[in-house]
Amino acid sequence: MASVKPRGKVPKEASVGEIIEIKTLLRHPMHSGRMRDADGKIIPKKIVNKFYANFNGELIFSMGIEPSISSNPYIVFPFKVMESGEFEFFWEEESGEKYELTRKIAVS
Amino acid sequence: MWGQKKEIRLISRRDGLKILSALGIIAVTPKVLVASPTDVSSLIDEITKGKHAEGSDIYLDLPEIAENGNQVKVSFEIESPMTPDSYVKKVYIFADGNPAPRVAEFTFTPRMGICSATTRMRLAKTQDVHLLAEFSDGVYATTKATVKVTIGGCGG
Repeated sequence: MASVKPRGKVPKEASVGEIIEIKTLLRHPMHSGRMRDADGKIIPKKIVNKFYANFNGELIFSMGIEPSISSNPYIVFPFKVMESGEFEFFWEEESGEKYELTRKIAVS
Repeated sequence: MWGQKKEIRLISRRDGLKILSALGIIAVTPKVLVASPTDVSSLIDEITKGKHAEGSDIYLDLPEIAENGNQVKVSFEIESPMTPDSYVKKVYIFADGNPAPRVAEFTFTPRMGICSATTRMRLAKTQDVHLLAEFSDGVYATTKATVKVTIGGCGG
C-alpha cells in the first residue's frame, strides 16, 4: 500500500496584508470501511478525521473530516499574511496516527 | 438562462439513464442505508438548536453533473469582514444521499482574511449538498445545490 505522504503549497513570499491561498494534500487512502477488495473482503477502516493549520504556533484553521471526503484529502484555504513565519499542518487519523508538514513564508 | 441550464441537465440525465439501463446497472439497487433530506434538516436543527437559519451571501460551487462520485470538488465563499468582531466561525457540509450525511466541518478564524475553502468529496448518488454557516454573532445561514452523479463513490 502506498505510504501516507503530506504535501503543501504556500507562496515563499507575500506582501503585508496579502491574502494567499494555501493548498494541502495528504496522500492517504481514506478507507471508509465500506469498500471491498478484489477478493470481496472488507478493507479495514482507515480515516483521517482532523486537519489543522497553525501559523507561528497559533491555530488559524481546522477541519473535521468524515469518510465522505475523497481519498487523498485535498484542502484549500486562505490566509491573510501580516508577518513572516512558519505554517504547521497536522493531519490526524482516527487511530491517533499523526502526520505533519511545515512551510515558511517571508514578508517582502 | 435558467431555462437553458435546466434543458441541458435533463438531456444529460436522460442520456445517462439510457447508458445505465443498457448496461443493466439501473436494475440493481444497492441495499445501503442512506441519509435523507429529513436527516440533514434534523442535523441542521441539532446544530442551530432550532434557531431559524437565514439566507446570506454564500457562494457554493459544485458541478451540476459529477461523472465520478469519488472525487467531487466543492468550493464555497461566504461574504464576511472576517474581523474579531464579525467572522464566520464554522461551515458544515452535508450530503443527504450518502450513507452518513456529515461530510466536513470547517473552523475559521479572523486571521484568514476571507472565508473560503475547497475540498473534494464522495457522493454515493445524485443528491443535494447542503452548506450551513455559523457566524460569530450566532446567526446561521444555509444553502444547497443538487449534484447529478453518474457513477457513485461510496463503494456500496
